[in-house]
Amino acid sequence: MNRYTILIYTENFIGILNRITIIFTRRGINIDALTASESRLDGIHKITIECAVTEEQIIQLVKQIEKITDVIKAYYFMDTEVVYQEIALYKLPIDSLDASLEKVIRQYNAHIIAAEKEFVVIEFTGHKEDTQALLETLKPYNLLEFSRSGRVAIAKPRFSVSEYLNNQTL
Amino acid sequence: MIRGADIVVRSLIAENAKHIFGYPGGAIMPVYDALYDYSDQIRHVLTRHEQGAIHAAQGYARVSGQVGVALATSGPGATNLITGLADAMIDSTPLVCITGQVAAHLLGTDAFQETDVVGISMPVTKWNIQVRRAEDIAPAIAKGFHIARSGRPGPVLIDITKNAQTEAGEFNYVPCLSIRSYRPYFEIKKDEVQKAAELIKAAQRPYVLYGQGVVIGKAEAELKAFLDKTGIPAACTLLGSGAISEEHPSYVGKLGMHGNYAPNMLTNHCDVLIAIGMRFDDRVTGDLKRYAKQAKVVHLELDPAEINKNVFADAPVLGDCKQSLSMLTEAVEINSHDEWLSRFKELELLEKESVIANDLSPTKVGLTMGEVIRFINQYKADDAILVTDVGQHQMIAWRYFDYKTSKTQVTSGGLGTMGFALPAALGAQMYDYSRQVICVVGDGGIQMTIQELGTIMQTKAPVKVVLLNNNFLGMVRQWQQMFFDRRYSFTELDNPDFIKLAEAYSIKASKVSVRDGLSEAVADMFLHDGPYFLEVVVEKEDNVFPMIATGCSVEEVRLS
Repeated sequence: MNRYTILIYTENFIGILNRITIIFTRRGINIDALTASESRLDGIHKITIECAVTEEQIIQLVKQIEKITDVIKAYYFMDTEVVYQEIALYKLPIDSLDASLEKVIRQYNAHIIAAEKEFVVIEFTGHKEDTQALLETLKPYNLLEFSRSGRVAIAKPRFSVSEYLNNQTL
Repeated sequence: MIRGADIVVRSLIAENAKHIFGYPGGAIMPVYDALYDYSDQIRHVLTRHEQGAIHAAQGYARVSGQVGVALATSGPGATNLITGLADAMIDSTPLVCITGQVAAHLLGTDAFQETDVVGISMPVTKWNIQVRRAEDIAPAIAKGFHIARSGRPGPVLIDITKNAQTEAGEFNYVPCLSIRSYRPYFEIKKDEVQKAAELIKAAQRPYVLYGQGVVIGKAEAELKAFLDKTGIPAACTLLGSGAISEEHPSYVGKLGMHGNYAPNMLTNHCDVLIAIGMRFDDRVTGDLKRYAKQAKVVHLELDPAEINKNVFADAPVLGDCKQSLSMLTEAVEINSHDEWLSRFKELELLEKESVIANDLSPTKVGLTMGEVIRFINQYKADDAILVTDVGQHQMIAWRYFDYKTSKTQVTSGGLGTMGFALPAALGAQMYDYSRQVICVVGDGGIQMTIQELGTIMQTKAPVKVVLLNNNFLGMVRQWQQMFFDRRYSFTELDNPDFIKLAEAYSIKASKVSVRDGLSEAVADMFLHDGPYFLEVVVEKEDNVFPMIATGCSVEEVRLS
């Protein structure tokens, strides 16, 4: 099993995410993380899916995803082929904020992005190992809540969806 | 500005739909109201169940090569289409199904007969959409027809809310010719063809497997030309039957669990396997780990997702096989494989002696399904269409029916839908009243959609129904006998008087239980002008052989 990032460019139609996820469900494959957002191109959405599967499985998954009428193009990459990040937010009680916690925040190059009467929220961006390490470090400080995003990724190999669309021949 | 319901019907007419199969209900009533005005341009066939409507549309699509159209209301009407959608999806049948939906303002409120049919049908449609405004109807139907029939065909579902049917919108029908996110065809790569040709040229024992892709791609002539030039033995899948004449010198028989002995056995003895428009279904391959491991594989296929899905292709040729076959024929040399072909003939003799003779000309008292098919062959027209259900009769009819031309076979292959045959035969007959349509069906399957006798009565569609009655769910019983120690758990049927039933629907019927008179009964059926119901009581516990049991290799094909 390898860890893969799938980048999917789709039309922004209702139900498209469902069509993609049922491909995983049917094959009993777990989606580890998923993000969806508008892409650089008007009207085209970019969906990023992270999953752990075999090479044979990823090839078949991506073919099945591309077969969906409203999917423009899908690519898959190994971790070495993508630049990726995840964002994590950590909520701690205000009274935990002492010198040692501030030191941790500095060490990790994390940021306090909200400070309220009762709590602070720390933001940290990195790979899962990094956000997980900070999570472990913060637990003794009475961590109240933790939230982590799915992966957002940019592929290193050059490809262009707009070029692909321009070269469409019937 | 015209009413959305009129847009629906006029869009269907613009797509040249001549027949639609359907069943009315609350949420589709405006469309039915519109249909009333267009009955001179489009014929609606009222079935007795929505499942009947969609199977009829499938039968229509399979023999015509056109998009079949089914119409149903929301809720239960829509959910009754699901089996047909799944069937059409796995057998690549082009359909456009239109369902009514509750008014847009009621969506998500659990309104009467509201169901999320777009959600439910997602895994079993090539594409689906919900339309909530009148002006969006025509573009959705245009897109639906394009998607259904292009590339690898499949079913499309368009769910139209009631308000969209009653509100007015502009109607200006623009056919859909392309969709930027959708590539149904691929330019064939010359180097892929070349690589395949090299493998074929170097082969000592090449072997062609062809499937329904040849029929869908209208590549029958191209396949024949390729076989004429190369002399390579060729075997067909269930849905590929009829693509070339069974009298062609290259034709060696049928593949799969109940196919012929030689074509299965010799799959593991060829050196180059040339798969054309087929998808290596598990019923064809048996145990994949022991499937054609000795062979290099050439795969001509239109759907990229099928390449390397089950069997790795050394030389895949992506694209429409009509084109790739002609390119390949040009790139290979004139050849013959007489010695290799003779190995098929030798094994065929073995099958003839131990299976076929007993099936077709039995010496025992009870009637066999095979001999019924033999008499059908004797009296049928050359271009007769065989529609079958699922089970023993399906395999026997497939094995022995005399396929002379393409698009003469309609059956539920991938999904194995019992109840398919009767409505599918009706649909096939609606396409062409002058063609013979023979519906061979078992006593189990016919009772799943037997209400469609009513549709046959009303349309007077001259379908010839041949019921092979063994008072058992025969295929399941066969498995119980072979693999479950003869524990016949819930497979024996107490059946109704089918003749009375057929007669209740004003369909002429007769019953045969002994060999004497079987031939005449089949002849009489074909002579009758109009629908006919022939019940043949066959041996209770006959088995279908050859057989490759589940999990076995193609080489482990059994003759008994």
